[in-house]
Amino acid sequence: MLKDQDRIFTNLYGMHDRSLKGAMARGHWDGTKDILTKGRDWIVTEMKASGLRGRGGAGFPTGLKWSFMPKESDGRPAYLVVNADESEPGTCKDREIMRHDPHTLVEGCLIASFAMNAHACYIYIRGEYIREKEALQRAIDEAYEAGLIGRNACGSGYDFDLYLHHGAGAYICGEETALLESLEGKKGMPRMKPPFPAGAGLYGCPTTVNNVESIAVVPTILRRGGEWFAGFGRPNNAGTKLFAISGHVNNPCVVEEEMSIPFKELIDKHCGGIRGGWKNLKAVIPGGSSVPCLRAEQMEDAIMDFDWLREKRSGLGTAAVIVMDQSTDMVKAIWRLSKFYKHESCGQCTPCREGTGWMMRVMERLVTGDAAVEEIDMLLDVTKQVEGHTICALGDAAAWPIQGLIRNFRDEIEDRIRHKRAPIAAE
Amino acid sequence: MLRRLHHTQPESFAFTQANQAWAEAQITKYPAGRQASAIIPLLWRAQEQEGWLTRPAIEHVAEMLGLAYMRALEVATFYFMFQLQPVGTVAHIQICGTLSCMLCGAEDLVEVCKRRIGAHAHTPSADGRFSWEEVECLGSCTNAPMAQIGKDYYEDLTAERLEWLLDEMAAGRVPVPGPQNGRYAAEPLKGLTSLFAHESGRTQYNASAQLAVDIGDTLRRIDGTEVPLSAPWQGKGAGAAVTEAPARPASKTAAKPARKAEVAPAAEPAPAAPPAPAAPPAPAAPPAPVAEMAPELLTAPRGSGADDLKRISGVGPKLEGVLNSLGFWHFDQIAAWGPAEIAWVDARISFKGRIERDDWVGQARTLMAG
Repeated sequence: MLKDQDRIFTNLYGMHDRSLKGAMARGHWDGTKDILTKGRDWIVTEMKASGLRGRGGAGFPTGLKWSFMPKESDGRPAYLVVNADESEPGTCKDREIMRHDPHTLVEGCLIASFAMNAHACYIYIRGEYIREKEALQRAIDEAYEAGLIGRNACGSGYDFDLYLHHGAGAYICGEETALLESLEGKKGMPRMKPPFPAGAGLYGCPTTVNNVESIAVVPTILRRGGEWFAGFGRPNNAGTKLFAISGHVNNPCVVEEEMSIPFKELIDKHCGGIRGGWKNLKAVIPGGSSVPCLRAEQMEDAIMDFDWLREKRSGLGTAAVIVMDQSTDMVKAIWRLSKFYKHESCGQCTPCREGTGWMMRVMERLVTGDAAVEEIDMLLDVTKQVEGHTICALGDAAAWPIQGLIRNFRDEIEDRIRHKRAPIAAE
Repeated sequence: MLRRLHHTQPESFAFTQANQAWAEAQITKYPAGRQASAIIPLLWRAQEQEGWLTRPAIEHVAEMLGLAYMRALEVATFYFMFQLQPVGTVAHIQICGTLSCMLCGAEDLVEVCKRRIGAHAHTPSADGRFSWEEVECLGSCTNAPMAQIGKDYYEDLTAERLEWLLDEMAAGRVPVPGPQNGRYAAEPLKGLTSLFAHESGRTQYNASAQLAVDIGDTLRRIDGTEVPLSAPWQGKGAGAAVTEAPARPASKTAAKPARKAEVAPAAEPAPAAPPAPAAPPAPAAPPAPVAEMAPELLTAPRGSGADDLKRISGVGPKLEGVLNSLGFWHFDQIAAWGPAEIAWVDARISFKGRIERDDWVGQARTLMAG
């Protein structure tokens, strides 16, 4: 188990002083100027060495992403945009950072922006997080007040402005190009790529979009060295990670743990085990609503990292672990996710706009068993038609949970249809 | 999902003075010419002030930002947090119904709402005091099930607890938000499993609940005076004062934040100008006052009929009416304005600085040419 002194988010639960003074006492904003003095290349190299993979779900190496930004400006400014539009069902980790340990993020924004030659950074927070927005704005104000950001940030000679911007309840704005559209004051409809944001992003200027957690871990990584961070987890899955465990465990919680922690250890140590004991476990969605579910048998020796879960045809996603016990009606659970994607499809691409509604309606009938067995394969076929045929990944995200359900719980669906029995209430 | 404006709309909308100041400060977060970026925060503030988002509010915000009404309407209908119909006067209950909450009992909470408030979402109760809806994941999954009531998250709910909350709110009280089962934040209920060293010194509530208690606007409509206006990017922080004296009076008292035209000047390195700014760079607009001079005015359009002044980007129906009433009906009148005339008009319309920012004169010249 990760030791407390190796945890980056030392005030995750907000029990300690949340102000700048408290953050400094815990070691944040320590020697920030020295880090900036070491220069861009050193920061990017160190980030690459740390092995940090993006914490927003896709797991793209953060250092590499930064290196795509133009080295020399062609006259256009560069921007860092922080994706704080946390709305993947099951995910609630960034909220804890922003309300309880906001200075990790503010400091990270300065360093990351400096590394990408961006003098301005926008944090796009989801609109529902009203108090979190206020808490984060207070931290930003404190940092301005102390001269840590703003003109001549930390006395480094670098000018840096940090702005907090909020959305208004659209899941799709968590997709990076939709987020940029929304930040420009439009409907949040994803853009075609290429051009990638590093070439033409916010206001047509070079932009990097990073998740809150990816940015908030940066200062600590640079203070303690990329090697320290890379020491946690299996190769290619480095670091510490915030896990958010919800659903049928005894003590749901958000906790920072080492990557590649066994699933059993994670649940037993921090969540007090599965409700009703391990025998009562039925299924787990290991990385937020968009990744396929896995059966209890598969989770027995599960390792919580990108590669292991990928091998099992699921994914780590945002490390939002949704646990379901035997009382769960799996078909209904996945139907609920289909309903979510139908609600959140932006309507730009036909396969997604029509497909999500279609899939939800078939799922609805599968819940009641009011369907033919052949329709299961038809539904699977439709998910394949949606997957990969849309501008952004929302179409894929809508398809995968259903594919996971059919792959792992086909027997349950067929039983339902054969017996046409009433669904068990999901508690 | 089809979202339309409500059939019954109020006559007009105006921000309160403090909200107006707040809104003007928000616009300065974005580079010159990119003020459209501020639309979501401004629409949201309008909703916070009125309780729901009205058509006059949408139009007002569009005019403030120099946008066509359609652009603002698109945004208002796209984003689900904008309530396009009246909500309960006491509280609007938003039950999170997505998977984690559903697994932990959100359906029971919805039942409570149906029984206590009304069978249908988005429809205020008979006495008009409460309304409810089921929303998608609110991002508080480890504290499931939960509901957002007003501005705040009430977490770790049970059906009984929600009933109690409704009773309290109906009686005019506002229970402390946050976890309702004795938890502090998102730590394990049965005690900490990490970060023991930092348990000391905890404040009474977690950050969200503490702010809710301190500000006390969970259910209240806001007029902008609840929290002092803070726009540190305009003051540039403490570092600015150390390196060189700020070029303009520190507007940190921001009760009356500087207008966009004044804030933009050279001192701003950050929101760097976009690649091809339509207007001349900001430094060209020194705050030095220009003497006013009345331009040529007409009492009625010439024989050929009035020009459609709305074709000037930044001029909506409302501004066109104002211009007509001042005596402007034709593009050539506007094209003839010099600095003195602009100052005269500027003093008589409600959007200071906009004439230059949107380059009405240049636009009018182009439109004259056809």
